[in-house]
Amino acid sequence: MITSMEETELYKENILDHYKHPRHKAEMNDATHHFTAHNPVCGDTIAIYIKISNAAIIDVSFTGEGCAISQAAMSLLADHLLGKQMEEVDTIGESDVYQLLGIPISHTRKKCALLSLTALHHALKSGTTINQPSNGIHYD
Amino acid sequence: MKQDFPLLRNGLVYLDNSSTTQKPAVVIQTMNDFYQQHNANVHRGLYQLAEQATERYEEARKTVAIFIGALPEEIIFTKGTTESLNLLAYSLGRTLQAGDEIVLTDMEHHANIVPWQQLVKEKGIIIKFIPLTTDYRLDLQKAKELITSKTKIVSVTHLSNALGTINPIQELANLAHHVGAWMIVDAAQSVAHFPVNVIELNCDFLAFSGHKMYGPTGIGVLYGKKELLEKMEPFQYGGDMIREVTKERATWNDLPWKFEAGTPNIAGAIGLAAAISYLQQKGMENVERQGKEITSYTLEQLRHLPGFTLIGPPTTERRGPIFSFTLQGVHPHDVAQLLDHHHIAVRGGHHCAMPLMKTLGINGTTRFSCGLYTTKEDIDALLIALPEVQEVFA
Repeated sequence: MITSMEETELYKENILDHYKHPRHKAEMNDATHHFTAHNPVCGDTIAIYIKISNAAIIDVSFTGEGCAISQAAMSLLADHLLGKQMEEVDTIGESDVYQLLGIPISHTRKKCALLSLTALHHALKSGTTINQPSNGIHYD
Repeated sequence: MKQDFPLLRNGLVYLDNSSTTQKPAVVIQTMNDFYQQHNANVHRGLYQLAEQATERYEEARKTVAIFIGALPEEIIFTKGTTESLNLLAYSLGRTLQAGDEIVLTDMEHHANIVPWQQLVKEKGIIIKFIPLTTDYRLDLQKAKELITSKTKIVSVTHLSNALGTINPIQELANLAHHVGAWMIVDAAQSVAHFPVNVIELNCDFLAFSGHKMYGPTGIGVLYGKKELLEKMEPFQYGGDMIREVTKERATWNDLPWKFEAGTPNIAGAIGLAAAISYLQQKGMENVERQGKEITSYTLEQLRHLPGFTLIGPPTTERRGPIFSFTLQGVHPHDVAQLLDHHHIAVRGGHHCAMPLMKTLGINGTTRFSCGLYTTKEDIDALLIALPEVQEVFA
């Protein structure tokens, strides 16, 4: 009895597919950039691994756990990042994540959707530091 | 019963009563009437309207006092449970010294942890936590070991907002008093579910909020034993709480006004009294019995749900109608949002009890919490919806 249009929208096949079968979900030993973003409010975690060479992302992966929105957003973003030139990557913002998800994101779910973007931005800032502590990323 | 609550007349299955309850029409109407017919500041004006407002405000205090078995001067109006506990941490905290111990439990709400933590930083107080047993109750053997001559305060939730556990306050109060410590009760959840009497509980202080017991937001209560409140320093300073002020110093007003600085939430207090009258009309014993029936029905039904893990006491014994659970393969936020599409309101997350979640080794739970208007049909709606939620993620 799925009654609401929104329900089929929010949990539409594409998102559920990325949640159940995440792309690029693995650790990476030779990442040049890495960051673990944590949302203490709901316990969602995303650890992103990026390998940059010749000013382009030549490999990307992530590990993590959390709700469907946070994990699907990261899976979609990883797909999107692979092979991108850094000048393109630098322009990626909130609206790009929403566009990748392709569904309206309510105020309370924004922090779920954007955890992936936080991980990306901090990884790029953190350089080659592996196992960067996740403190400072608070949403409450 | 739902007819008494304007917001529930549209068929919403509202199961987030531990967050806040809906308001009966009589509460809304009483507050409207106050603003339309009796509004003036209290304890100040010499005109008739001000007398009326003061009378109604102090009448509300009496209603609260009778409701929990206290004296009117032992009732301090606050913003809510959180402010009540902050008042205690501030005022009692001043009398503590480095090395003094405060005993809390592993199931406390942040409001009964964080104010005390500030005393660790400021004064070198030590906080200890009574652990849980495997059936989500307090380990009383450990409590006996933790409450010692160093203990100055024992502060415990009466009914856990995250687990549904009812704690044995009398036993803890005996342990506290035996070593000369003060017993504080966080009654934010319990006052709405069963009769609460401060004499029976033998507690020194008790805190609760209006909005979790069918009253308005922004009003709450701190009960304290008169002889203790008399010795305590005020929490906030300003108008109404003073007797005499010179340019150099001030003396304090009598109880309870010593603790009520500034213009109080007059309409809120009157609204809270209306909510209490509503509950008294229903009878708290009836509210309790109905809660037990719903609890018994719910626990029985949930047993048959695959992938469902109850996080809380598994039997009806000493537990309230608050149910936390995890659903295999589905994050609590996803459960809550999908249930919303079935017009069922529940909460997903850590329920302001992050240390508890960490102790339990989980990120959060989905919680449904009942009110006096919750019916078996509401529970049935949830039981029908949950497998469909699982289906989406299968």
